[in-house]
Amino acid sequence: MDFSFIMITVAALAATGLVAAVILYFVSQKFKVFEDPRIGEVEAVLPGANCGGCGFPGCHGMACALVKADDLSSLSCPVGGQDVMQKVATILGKEAVAAAPKVAVVRCNGTCEARPKTVEYDGAKSCAILAANFGGETNCSFGCLGCGDCVSACQFGAIKMNQETGLPEVDEEKCVACGACVKACPKSIIELRNKGPKSRRLFVSCVNKDKGAAAMKACKNACIGCGKCAKECQFDAIKVENNVAYIDFMKCRLCRKCAAACPTHAIHELNFPPRPAVKPEAKTPEAQAQAQEQAAKAQ
Amino acid sequence: MNKLTIAPSPHVHSGDSVRRNMFGVAIALVPALATSLWFFGLDALAVILTSVVACVAVEYLIQKFILKVPTTISDGSAIVTGLILAFNLPPALPLWIVVIGAIFAIGVCKMTFGGLGQNIVNPAIGGRVFLLMSFPAQMTTWTLPDVDGTTGATPLGLLKDGLKSGKTVSDIVELPATSDLFFGGIGGSLGEVSALAILIGLAFLLIARIITWHIPVAVLGSMAVLQGIFFLASPESFASPVFTLLTGGALLGAVFMATDYVTSPMSTNGMIIYGCGIGVLTVLIRNFGAYPEGMSFAILIMNLVTPLINRFCKPKRFGEIAK
Amino acid sequence: MLKTFKIGGIHPNDMKLSAGSSIRELAVPAEVKIPVSQHIGAPAQAVVAVGDTVKVGQLIAQSTGFVSANIHSSVSGKVKKIEEFVDANGYKKMGIIIATEGDEWMEGIDRTNSIRREITMEPADIIKRIQEMGIVGMGGATFPAHVKLSVPPGKKCEALIINAVECEPYLTSDHRLMLEHGEEVLIGVKILMRALGVNKAYVGIENNKPDAIDNLKRLATSFEGIEIVPLKLRYPQGGEKQLIDAITGRQVPSGKLPIDVGAVVQNVGTVFAIYEAVQKNKPLIERIVCVTGKPLREPSNFMVRIGTPVTALIDAAGGMPEDCGKVIGGGPMMGRPFTRLDVPVVKGTSGITLMNVEDSKRREASNCIRCAKCVNVCPMGLEPYLMATLAKLGRYDDLREAHVMDCIECGCCIFTCPSNRPILDYVRAGKAKVGAQLRAEAAARKAAADAAKAKEAEGK
Repeated sequence: MDFSFIMITVAALAATGLVAAVILYFVSQKFKVFEDPRIGEVEAVLPGANCGGCGFPGCHGMACALVKADDLSSLSCPVGGQDVMQKVATILGKEAVAAAPKVAVVRCNGTCEARPKTVEYDGAKSCAILAANFGGETNCSFGCLGCGDCVSACQFGAIKMNQETGLPEVDEEKCVACGACVKACPKSIIELRNKGPKSRRLFVSCVNKDKGAAAMKACKNACIGCGKCAKECQFDAIKVENNVAYIDFMKCRLCRKCAAACPTHAIHELNFPPRPAVKPEAKTPEAQAQAQEQAAKAQ
Repeated sequence: MNKLTIAPSPHVHSGDSVRRNMFGVAIALVPALATSLWFFGLDALAVILTSVVACVAVEYLIQKFILKVPTTISDGSAIVTGLILAFNLPPALPLWIVVIGAIFAIGVCKMTFGGLGQNIVNPAIGGRVFLLMSFPAQMTTWTLPDVDGTTGATPLGLLKDGLKSGKTVSDIVELPATSDLFFGGIGGSLGEVSALAILIGLAFLLIARIITWHIPVAVLGSMAVLQGIFFLASPESFASPVFTLLTGGALLGAVFMATDYVTSPMSTNGMIIYGCGIGVLTVLIRNFGAYPEGMSFAILIMNLVTPLINRFCKPKRFGEIAK
Repeated sequence: MLKTFKIGGIHPNDMKLSAGSSIRELAVPAEVKIPVSQHIGAPAQAVVAVGDTVKVGQLIAQSTGFVSANIHSSVSGKVKKIEEFVDANGYKKMGIIIATEGDEWMEGIDRTNSIRREITMEPADIIKRIQEMGIVGMGGATFPAHVKLSVPPGKKCEALIINAVECEPYLTSDHRLMLEHGEEVLIGVKILMRALGVNKAYVGIENNKPDAIDNLKRLATSFEGIEIVPLKLRYPQGGEKQLIDAITGRQVPSGKLPIDVGAVVQNVGTVFAIYEAVQKNKPLIERIVCVTGKPLREPSNFMVRIGTPVTALIDAAGGMPEDCGKVIGGGPMMGRPFTRLDVPVVKGTSGITLMNVEDSKRREASNCIRCAKCVNVCPMGLEPYLMATLAKLGRYDDLREAHVMDCIECGCCIFTCPSNRPILDYVRAGKAKVGAQLRAEAAARKAAADAAKAKEAEGK
């Protein structure tokens, strides 16, 4: 092949490239959009999950909001947590505000066993669709529907359906408290609660607003709104409204007296050491008296 | 009392199923199958069996061992792909080439996209075109049905070669009679030897409501019209529309391949545009392209255009104000 | 050539098992549960208290707006409770529970079987009476009847269309009504024509009810301006828009109402209720309910007091069969299954359909094969396969572009889908989401307009 032919090709391509580069340069100068360079820096330290847990459309939106904000107290990245917020604060030269880490909890304990199905749902497998048409497959129209909308909403693989109980379970190692499951649940069962010291948490695992008898009939594990827990609580952390108890995690001191008092075991305690055995040979007479009292109340 | 079932409406179903449609297509292919066995004998049987078995086996193996999902071979779609692929192959094709075609059709054209319903091109055509490009010699060695063991060109091949060597259409004496084209007995791939057999299949598909008339009519109609224009302008250098419709798998393509559910548009106006596209491309490829026949390429191209057609051709809505 | 609508449609097996069974009056139950919300619109407000004695036909809950309906007691007796009870869908709804004592009716209600032919009321009074008597659409939609009859200013009703299509498979209550109370129905049509000031009315009936067509045609000779229109059997012909298209050839544009093409549509059951309200002063306290289904021993049509438990109807139709997997409130195309059977019959209960166990379950869904059958059968000319996917993915803006709000939820798409995909389940969910978005936007626009107006007023 002729050598000059190759040269012509190379020269032509080079010339085209040069012309294109010049055009691109001028166009980019003319149509330049100014963006605060700090937005890029902040975005770089954000996790990039684009989960929307912060309330903004993706991490870029969050970065813009962070740069614009006067103080960072109202903004927080649930995925990155305190570390990331500290880095962001350093970049922006602002004060990072400590936020207690949170975790999702499923407030329903209507297992297949405790809450028998009265009908069988056969439509599209989606809690939202089931809830829009029917109260549910059981006599409890407040509890978990078990179709797994929360599982598919979670981008972090932190919620799994337990086949045995038919209820979703949160893996607290993986949960970043982005709140996607909270939004996805049509029954508003899932709540973000403070993770608590050593991940110890107490919560009422039921949202049934029916009167005690009806709730009990539908589900053995239901909160019947008896108010025993509220009486037991010394910190005024428990409120019973609409036949269902709620523990305010800001006030709760994790004494666990309420859990012991609950007749239907609707109050769940997580990650606590096992309770000392409640037996007559308890060491102090006070403890003994207390245990007996609790047992009496539970009955 | 039984536990009652709840579900959103409706609570009755037509009873239609994927399997019913796929086996319906398979039944509609029986006349063509019978004619190919009649004309080509055991060679045809070997190719068809190999193709069907290979397609089903490839689908099964991929779903079972690679994707690890429940197998769907019972829906019959792999059988239909195997049949149509076989019908697009020459009768004397070595069987190992048939197997390669089946692997490409199911493995690459169908399974890589997610199985039935997700593929962007018709698997059988994908397999066929792959073979045509990979094994051009074997794929164009046509057994002639009448004389034992001899090979020759297809009618379209004869026409193309004749025209290239400077003859006019009427000079090319080897071209078969129209009645042969209609009833069978021409050189060509397995499924295209008899137009009548294909038309019987079409009637069955329409009566069983498996397909609608739009695509076949649009394909054949646009082919006839465009070829008719060329023919009227210069009868010496272009074949007649009747010849065009009866050769080169035009009917097979229009009835069985262009109508593939997955790769054809969803709205009726889209189907007509799609069909006309196939017809026009086929005529252009045949008359001006390098290949004597262009049905497969035309369908393949229009398959790729289908998503675009779906985006812009919407069905006529109720109460839509005419523009 | 019989008339029918132009786009889409299916031909389900019509299964009119109870067509030959004449309407039987069901015994007054010992207790009725009457929900205060049996209609589309605002729930009614209870006007009786626990312990009050009520008579049949007495107003027990007052409507709370224009789009709302009065509720009357269907029995005489004592108000036992006013509380929430679980409804057919499994959710709690407010209602009034009355324990029956005797059968004492309010004065002024004509309970005789004699037919009153003379129409003496003025149009405005007719509409007022319909509103007072709590008449709602009896086909199942339960839209308050007076709302449709109050033609907004600037619009004109040219034709009254009576929906006697009964295109739902199984159901026969309208069919029996036309056979047994044909003359009352036609008087009801006349009343509506007078109320609307039109001189033309069409009664659309599908041709699977030749006896009803013959009966009404014979009777209609003595009623001027009423035309009986036999229609070709096709679902969903009873859809309001489809029926107008079938009879007048006009298509109601997207987002518009029938009145925009000069039509008002009422169900034949509603017409009968209107006849009774206007001529006999009888509120809507009972209705015809068709109890049917393959496993049922005696598919029947009953005249039932509102509030009667569903179990009583099934018992009267031969009892709960062993082979029953689903009990549907309404017909099998658009009805909604009961989650429990101790719930009451309400104004919109057009039928109770029992399905055997085998028919109760949907078959397993597989991949969409893009066969376009759902597109071909959609009577609104939409693309159900696409809308279902968009709804599943949460792409609500695209869903709006795909005209999801035009969907009439007729179920043709699921009926025809060879892959058994729950298309409509997703479309319905998406439609609800888009509808909520649209309402929110409209509210925001209205708020903005009000604010602007207030500002303007301030400026002056």
